[in-house]
Amino acid sequence: MASLDPKDNPSRPWTLLSPALTAILLLLVIPVCFIAVYSFWLRTATGADVAGFHLDNWAEVLTDSFYRDILLFTLWIAFATTVICALVGYVPAYFIATTQYRHKAFLLLLLMLPFWISYIIRTMSWINILGVSGVVNVALQWVGLTGEPLQMLYNQWTVIVGLVHFLLPFMILNLYVSLYGIDRNLVDAARSLGCTGWQAFREVTLPLSLPGLAAGSLLCFVLAAGTYITPLVLGGPTDAMFANLVFDAIITQLNWPLGSALSLVLLILLGGLVILYNRFVGMSQIAKSFG
Amino acid sequence: MDDTKRYERLLDRYRNGDLDRRTFLGLIGAAGVAAGVTGGPFSALKRQALAATPDQVRFDGWGGVVSEAFRKHAFEPYTAKTGIDVVDGTFGGADEYLARVKASQPGEFNIAHLSGVFDYVRYDGLDLSTSLNEDNIPNLANVITALQDVLRSVTGGSLSAVPYDYGTTSLAYNRKYISDEEMREKGARILIDPAYEGKIGGWGEWKTRVWYGALQTGQNPNGIEDMDAVWDAIRQHRDLALKYWGSGAELMSLLAEEEIYVTEGWSGRVKALQDQGHDIGYYDPPGGLGWQECLFVIKGSPMAACEELLNFMLEPEVAIAVAEGQNYPPSLDPTKVALSDQVKALPAFDPSGTLEGLNFFDPPYWNSKEAEWSKTFGRVQKGY
Repeated sequence: MASLDPKDNPSRPWTLLSPALTAILLLLVIPVCFIAVYSFWLRTATGADVAGFHLDNWAEVLTDSFYRDILLFTLWIAFATTVICALVGYVPAYFIATTQYRHKAFLLLLLMLPFWISYIIRTMSWINILGVSGVVNVALQWVGLTGEPLQMLYNQWTVIVGLVHFLLPFMILNLYVSLYGIDRNLVDAARSLGCTGWQAFREVTLPLSLPGLAAGSLLCFVLAAGTYITPLVLGGPTDAMFANLVFDAIITQLNWPLGSALSLVLLILLGGLVILYNRFVGMSQIAKSFG
Repeated sequence: MDDTKRYERLLDRYRNGDLDRRTFLGLIGAAGVAAGVTGGPFSALKRQALAATPDQVRFDGWGGVVSEAFRKHAFEPYTAKTGIDVVDGTFGGADEYLARVKASQPGEFNIAHLSGVFDYVRYDGLDLSTSLNEDNIPNLANVITALQDVLRSVTGGSLSAVPYDYGTTSLAYNRKYISDEEMREKGARILIDPAYEGKIGGWGEWKTRVWYGALQTGQNPNGIEDMDAVWDAIRQHRDLALKYWGSGAELMSLLAEEEIYVTEGWSGRVKALQDQGHDIGYYDPPGGLGWQECLFVIKGSPMAACEELLNFMLEPEVAIAVAEGQNYPPSLDPTKVALSDQVKALPAFDPSGTLEGLNFFDPPYWNSKEAEWSKTFGRVQKGY
């Protein structure tokens, strides 16, 4: 029988890893390299690109306050979305993790249900909910609370609502995994030592669920900061996020070099965040959430 | 017939000294794999990779009712008659489509339903134009001369596209809230009227915004003298607008749901709303914007097959059926071809066949401003 000790066959781990590494190389590393090279090219007036090593795009992206302001707005939207997801998501995650309901798997299935519908359709559904002739306005007028429809759509809050709708399951899943893994005896021990229910939650459950909260927050933040569809569908004229700048540069202005530089800025920023998270918390918590 | 093959172009470049031998052989090998001649997994993709082969032509259009009209009235009868399949694709916008074409291999995309002369110039500027053999398109003789001339002036007398339809981007308004008299009185300036703050819409496209900004500041859109005033008008519109719309479907939804009361809009889409029973008015203000759409043959396409399809699409009964389906008048000259009453009732229809009453983008002027104005609009649009 062949030995399983890596020392006897040092190439075995690499052989086993090679399909994954090849996929990452072909689908991630090489495309990013292409984008990096493109970011140093220049666009001509006709839309054609001039190859070379020019720092113009980077100088523009890094010094122009327009890009900085949109980036800060993007980070604000991502932060607000993450906080709301954490606050709103904790309760259902706690409930699912602690319930004695025998069909717990069914509750988890309900969490996954939104993923069966296209993200764009889910986003557009808010137009029928918050629109002038949407469900909320019709209901408010029907009960007599308002005489005229309220203008609720097409602002940064509806962008946040759309993002929370999209990202909440990610937060709940991460929190659930973390809460489910907490030894219930610890809570019982805290209670037997005189803690109230709230104290036991604050001193035991909450601290032990922080890794899940951090993992969910990282996912929500990164996905929210990179979003492009939600502000397009639910945002007003001035609610563009950073990914919309990339779209404008590449699609509208046909300026692929500038678009490449912009997308790399976002990639570096969010990649840095992931690296920091990995350094201080570790990626294992996220891996647990996905099974 | 100009069935330009990928390897023939590579050979040309190699012979011209543009490629070294190693690169040439490498690209030939890659082309072979993509074409499936070497077998393996890529051979399954052969059909898609060779959309330019004479037994099929790829057509890309705007989708929705326009594509349905093309499919029903043009492609299916054309395939039945000629045996040539039409691979029917769609795009959401001209910019997005050009980005896809730019990223593609020659021959991957063949005919596109492009909007306006502006795109014709852009494609020509990117060396994507062809030269149609007009002998293969006898129905071109029925097409309004003014629509052809503006294209010929770009490509040195020849054509890389046939004009197919035209329309206007004028003011669409909800009659429940805005009367016809008020619209006539205010014209384009109604889009910057604070009385309708939060109920104004607009197409988030830089050319249209600049055109209407020029009208709102009393300037000739094809010769703007005070650009700062135009940007200020665009900012004013932005601050009053509820939303920039990005597609015909979104335009129709915003108007139909009464999210907005007034916007500029595409004549065909507004007609569709009116046909659905919505009380939407449509007004061409002085200097209102006209445009034409053409069927553009992209470089590297199987020319004979494309020309045959273009000629088929210009057959009066086909062009009229498509026009009735998409609500835009066909490019056929009403003085040469008998058009249906339904077509004659379409908004923007010009019975004279001269189109002298419409205002179009001046291609040299607008294309020379594209890089600067599209970028500036991208900033103004986002609050700057």
